[in-house]
Amino acid sequence: MSRITDAFKGGKAFIPFITAGDPDTDTTAKVIRAAAENGADIIEIGIPFSDPTAEGPVIQGANLRALSGGMTTDRAFELVRELRRDVNTPFVFMTYANVVFSYGTDRFMERCAETGVDGIILPDVPFEEREEFALPATQHGVDFIPLIAPTSDDRIAMIAREAKGFIYIVSSLGVTGVRSEITTDIGAIVDTIRQNTDIPCAVGFGISEPSQAAKMAALSDGAIVGSAIIRIIEKYGKDSPAYVGEYVKTMKQAVGAGRK
Amino acid sequence: MSKGRFGIHGGQYIPETLMNAVIELENAYNRYKDDPDFNRELTELLNSYAGRPSLLYYAEKMTKDLGGAKIYLKREDLNHTGSHKINNVLGQALLAKKMGKTRLIAETGAGQHGVATATAAALLDMECVVFMGEEDTKRQALNVYRMKLLGADVIPVKSGTATLKDAVSETMREWTSRIADTHYCLGSVMGPHPFPTIVRDFQAVISRESRAQILKAEGRLPDAVIACVGGGSNAIGSFYHYINDKDVRLIGCEAAGRGIDTFETAATVNTGKLGIFHGMKSYFCQDEYGQIAPVYSISAGLDYPGIGPEHAYLHDTGRAEYVPVTDDEAVNAFEYLSRTEGIIPAIESAHAVAHAIKEAPKMGRDKVMIVTISGRGDKDCAAIARYRGVDIHE
Repeated sequence: MSRITDAFKGGKAFIPFITAGDPDTDTTAKVIRAAAENGADIIEIGIPFSDPTAEGPVIQGANLRALSGGMTTDRAFELVRELRRDVNTPFVFMTYANVVFSYGTDRFMERCAETGVDGIILPDVPFEEREEFALPATQHGVDFIPLIAPTSDDRIAMIAREAKGFIYIVSSLGVTGVRSEITTDIGAIVDTIRQNTDIPCAVGFGISEPSQAAKMAALSDGAIVGSAIIRIIEKYGKDSPAYVGEYVKTMKQAVGAGRK
Repeated sequence: MSKGRFGIHGGQYIPETLMNAVIELENAYNRYKDDPDFNRELTELLNSYAGRPSLLYYAEKMTKDLGGAKIYLKREDLNHTGSHKINNVLGQALLAKKMGKTRLIAETGAGQHGVATATAAALLDMECVVFMGEEDTKRQALNVYRMKLLGADVIPVKSGTATLKDAVSETMREWTSRIADTHYCLGSVMGPHPFPTIVRDFQAVISRESRAQILKAEGRLPDAVIACVGGGSNAIGSFYHYINDKDVRLIGCEAAGRGIDTFETAATVNTGKLGIFHGMKSYFCQDEYGQIAPVYSISAGLDYPGIGPEHAYLHDTGRAEYVPVTDDEAVNAFEYLSRTEGIIPAIESAHAVAHAIKEAPKMGRDKVMIVTISGRGDKDCAAIARYRGVDIHE
């Protein structure tokens, strides 16, 4: 059974996103520990990419800072290996196809399994291209987590049926970043997903406030937050672990209010 | 393997949000590409508006001066808006209009594709937004003004290296946020399927004409066809109708910048490796971890870290050759063609001219080559003057 799918069993999940190496590896390790200790159910760790086409300015900035700080794919694996000595929360890598491909897709997935990464999200790999990545992932017991967008319509069923771990529902058109409101009919997307799979689904893109997270988690199985956390890290730098921990606690309480 | 493959290259590596948009585009293209009314309308625009067919000009002075192969220039610089970009843009804009889209967005490097898109949008009553690297808005200030004059919004892109690759990324981001009324009028044979095929088909008019023109002028096919390659749209258009003629050498000229042994280069085939970026699998300049390299060329239009997937395939199979041409060689060729033939080529096209200058003397006088002049060089005069240390006040 997938550790990722299991993470949804205790109720609505809160999933923070953190870019590895922003602003440095030590801070990232502390931020991840703080998130885990304060109730994060799954933690998404971004391996930075030079040209993150699905990201808004906030996460673009995190990618740039992390790369300037010397973060690499190998160092991201080392970070996970180090964290696994005391952190049991499921980890999901989020990065771009070329980072995985250039490392050697099979070798990448093997190292995920060996260091303790449970799943992978590649925003530039849609259903049509999934096999190249999903097959080696599955062989090494790594969940290949698909995305479903507001424009997916007739594609939802086919994507849902092949999903592993959980399904990432993209709340809005556009790139990552904080939004004041989410207008997509998430309920309708979740209904179609539920008709096709038992795999849980969580909503991300644009969520920053506890009330938004509560609303999105009530409609699905959880909420994902990236840019709002990156902003905290950008603001407090090396001092950010305590602030991220506090934020994760508040958000976890908010999504938990709608417990199954 | 997914759709839109050229050997192992191509594919559709894009966010899920855009998948239905590219599927809609593919369906529309399949519906209209052989539609007689659509083709009549497009041909009418190409001929009466853009000035096609473009001339195939025998460069007699250059031929005599170099003392080798007979050199013909395919004069895409004579098209309306000054480059080959209009061929693709008129096709895509017309297609977008048929699809009910009212807004065109585009990336641009040198500004030629942006100008062409702004032009088509003005003609066809569509809104137009062009994304251009901030660095390029400085290098090509004249084209920024032209686009604005034509009614387009020009958005300077500050992210990354603030050049063509970042303009492509930003246009993709914009498309992700507004799809219903918007068509991404991609300017080269790159990106996700179906763009490499659509753009190739619209640019193939170059070799369709040149083949007929050279048969008429020389009674035979050329021995070599030479074109510059960034993403590769004028090159694929120049090569396409010769691909099955195995005796015709196809030569793409990449921008080597300060040299392929330096980091300041944009020669993808010569210095890059296989990767996945901007929707396609192809060759890219990148580091050992797959981070895209900050490439460099004097030419804003060739300053791109990748190459279209069909070129990657033509390279793999050995059907086409890809050679590096440095800034220095291109600038010399820019000046040479201006002096020798009275034709000021775009600095992009000057890369092809530079290689022709090297290649023609090695070929016999009984040989024939076609060099595509993809655009005119007025836009580059200020930058070349700067390169030569001449201070001109525009």
